[in-house]
Amino acid sequence: MTAVADPPTVAAYPYTVPSPQEITRPALAGGRDTMVLNMGPHHPSTHGVLRLVVELDGETVVNVAPDIGFLHTGVEKTMESKTYQKAVVLTDRMDYLAPLSNNLSYVLAVEKLLSCVVPPRAQIARVVLTELQRIASHLVWLGSHALDLSAMSVFLYAFREREQILDIFELVSGARLMTSYFRVGGLAYDLPDDFTPTVEAFLDIMPGAADEYEALLSGNPVWLERTVDVGVIDADAAIAFGVSGPMLRAAGIPWDLRKDMPYSSYELFDFDIPIAKKGDIYDRYLVRMAEIRESVKICRQGLQRLKDLGPGPFTTTDRKISPPPKTEITHSMESLIHHFKLWTEGFKPPIGDAYVGIESPRGELGTYIVSDGSPKPYRVHFRAPSFVNLQALPHAAKGRLMADLVALIASMDPVLGDVDR
Amino acid sequence: MLGEIVKGLRTTFKYLFKKPVTVQYPEVKRPVRERFRGRHELKRFENGMERCIGCALCAAACPADAILVIPGENDPAHPNSPGERYAATYEINMLRCIFCGYCEDACPTNAIVLEHQYELAYYDRKSAIYTKEMLLVPPDKGHGEIPPILQELNRRPSPPAQIDL
Repeated sequence: MTAVADPPTVAAYPYTVPSPQEITRPALAGGRDTMVLNMGPHHPSTHGVLRLVVELDGETVVNVAPDIGFLHTGVEKTMESKTYQKAVVLTDRMDYLAPLSNNLSYVLAVEKLLSCVVPPRAQIARVVLTELQRIASHLVWLGSHALDLSAMSVFLYAFREREQILDIFELVSGARLMTSYFRVGGLAYDLPDDFTPTVEAFLDIMPGAADEYEALLSGNPVWLERTVDVGVIDADAAIAFGVSGPMLRAAGIPWDLRKDMPYSSYELFDFDIPIAKKGDIYDRYLVRMAEIRESVKICRQGLQRLKDLGPGPFTTTDRKISPPPKTEITHSMESLIHHFKLWTEGFKPPIGDAYVGIESPRGELGTYIVSDGSPKPYRVHFRAPSFVNLQALPHAAKGRLMADLVALIASMDPVLGDVDR
Repeated sequence: MLGEIVKGLRTTFKYLFKKPVTVQYPEVKRPVRERFRGRHELKRFENGMERCIGCALCAAACPADAILVIPGENDPAHPNSPGERYAATYEINMLRCIFCGYCEDACPTNAIVLEHQYELAYYDRKSAIYTKEMLLVPPDKGHGEIPPILQELNRRPSPPAQIDL
């Protein structure tokens, strides 16, 4: 008989996430000289309602366990009782800093179920708007990150530019945050005439604004002290935890779904994937700042493409999916029937399932939908990037100072609506 | 090292001489965009008739189940709306409403339109339920086939519903 090696124990595997009880139970039992600190769920630097159970030795973090669920809204379950088109408004409310990315992920999955072809104008408009959304989301990240590290000016400047993007969303969809602008089949309404000049005016000021943030941060010794070599998540750890998005690219892995699995005609665009080497907080800052500039580039190309395409349909002409224009319903009985049918019963995708992942500002945002052939989804699941990325927090925080934990959370850019859904 | 700090300070110093971008909200109000989705209004035709025909498609389309429509039969001598039926009861619970605009998209007669008012506040839940009297525009505020706000070029959705009176 040959000797069989022992299977690796759980403790030997370095990439684990402790549960809050793993810290609180031994602490309550006594006999430990570490301190257990409850950070959150109402702590400004946890970026929402995230509770962290931190075990401290002096000011050094021995262990930290994220306790999530305080913002659980049951979006996935609620969708099971809404028709496919109605469920779009729920996606806005998951990652509330990037509602258009959520819209896009969801509608792409439903369109895949339906094998629906989206007109090119709608596809390009989706790209332009989601890239604007990426800039807006990164600006919130930058502002709150800098604010956590006591740089208040950056916060004010970043929100000034974000306001312009939200104004564009209001121009396009009628709402600044809860846009619900992407519908299954295309867009909710056509782009307004002053869309291009408004976006161009914003794109003209954005690179200069990014220079301004970098003038405040990039070489600032306080900023460098707080970020360089702090909160390192290297490539191995990032892959082990399933981290995606800017956090993964900061570790040196050029994985971006826009390039690797293009959706919504991203393959037509010319842009770079910014990467960094070490995977520390400063690298994540560099990657996201570079992404803002790349997004500006993509938006410009998108506007040019929209101009080249000219006016055209903004939603699919398949009347079994997208309601007919209201001009038609007054003189065509068939259109009227389609209109009533779609707004009451909705459409029925074939039995099956579909998964679509998109590159949201935070990483891979995937939507998995199971259809049982009825007008309502049987099951919807979102692979939320914030949730997965948060798993790497204890790994990066262990052995560092408490103040570094604050910087680390900020650099991970979690959105608790996305974590808990 | 000092140079970098001076560079940052120079950036913030510049803003001492610039006008602030903020507005003093309750006194100064930022104008909203044409497509802004605010409080609903129930529209009328030019002759004062209600556009709403009580079909309750808005209630069916509402993802938040915020709308209640109970249709009634028109009295042929004094009809409330063109056609056979009208909305005897029309209520929107503004606490449930998410202002997604689906009701407006679904309305076949363009009777319900999300207008630009966004300052909604109530002291109790009951007053958050807007009744038909609160939503309906005054009889002299009727208009032709298209609500004027939709006639403007970039307005949401759609061209008119042609209904012969």
